[in-house]
Amino acid sequence: MIAEPDQAIHSWQRDIFASLTAAKISHVGYVPDGGHKGLIQLCQQSSAMGTTVLTTEEEGIGLSAGLALGGVRSALLMQSSGVGNCINMFSLAESCRFPLVLFITMRGEWAEFVPWQIPMGKRTANILAELDFDIFRVEQAGDAAPFSQAALDHAFQADRRVAVILAQRLIGRKNWQK
Amino acid sequence: MTVLDRRQAVVELLKDRRGLAVVAGLGSPAYDVFAAGDHDLNFYNWGAMGSATMTGLGLALAQPDRPIAVFTGDGEMLMGLGAFATIAQHQPNNLSIIILDNGRYAETGQQATATGLGADLAGIAQASGIAQSRMIDQPAALPGLRAAIHACAGTQVAVLKIAVADLPRALPLRDGVAIKHRVQRALTGQITI
Repeated sequence: MIAEPDQAIHSWQRDIFASLTAAKISHVGYVPDGGHKGLIQLCQQSSAMGTTVLTTEEEGIGLSAGLALGGVRSALLMQSSGVGNCINMFSLAESCRFPLVLFITMRGEWAEFVPWQIPMGKRTANILAELDFDIFRVEQAGDAAPFSQAALDHAFQADRRVAVILAQRLIGRKNWQK
Repeated sequence: MTVLDRRQAVVELLKDRRGLAVVAGLGSPAYDVFAAGDHDLNFYNWGAMGSATMTGLGLALAQPDRPIAVFTGDGEMLMGLGAFATIAQHQPNNLSIIILDNGRYAETGQQATATGLGADLAGIAQASGIAQSRMIDQPAALPGLRAAIHACAGTQVAVLKIAVADLPRALPLRDGVAIKHRVQRALTGQITI
């Protein structure tokens, strides 16, 4: 396996995973991102966590709603570009006031190599705010645990849609050299 | 090929439904499900086109001992074809996806859908990994489908070829929070907040 700084399991990813299990999240839907690789691995290794790989992020909104109807708590992992794919689908969570938890790895905001990531990267937080999400932005590794815990409490105690935004600076540069 | 009457077909499939929970996709499928008899275990969609089958998957995973049926249309299913592949990775025993396929967008003026122009939803479902996928155009096949919904013997997709018809609307509850709470109470005895 090639060692890449952006592909190891980071301490903040372990903190997010611990926050998920502490909040009784037992299912995670995801569209992979390099910045989520470690967290996806932790979820897949856990017998207490069901996982679903989605063909597009918007599938996760329905999945999460169905799980919530049946009494199961879930969270979704996606990249900032995936937020754009979900916009109308978020109306399901808003109209029915389903709790909805997004962990979003940012692209297009810090030392970006791919110009095509910038359009959604620049607008992700504004779009989520416009859609009445509550936003918890993590810039420092040490904030991952308290912000994740707060966001999860917020979502499940107050029936809110929350986004934990993981800054691109926190995730680190993607290796384009191999 | 004969075609089915959509309302009669849904009535037949929801007969003696016991603990069956239903996710109804927006538009005509929701009207058909409501017209067959309102029920606390009906989750009606009024929007979020493309979400019904994924909501059904979530519900099937959360309630593995209960039969779950999704009623959706060809128009909505075509908007989220990837869901077949996503559902196939879990293959919950208790999930049935019933697609009411008239090859038209009934809500917006009966324009042709891609199935009306040749796309085969049962074939797509099968190629996505859901082996029990088939087209049904005979009323005589419906009792068997109803039994299969309750048997929970694997994820199944049934594409019902239905007649193009301009039916009176039958409008269920529109308040999403009320719909959600009613289903949650019926399923789990409690609401989430």
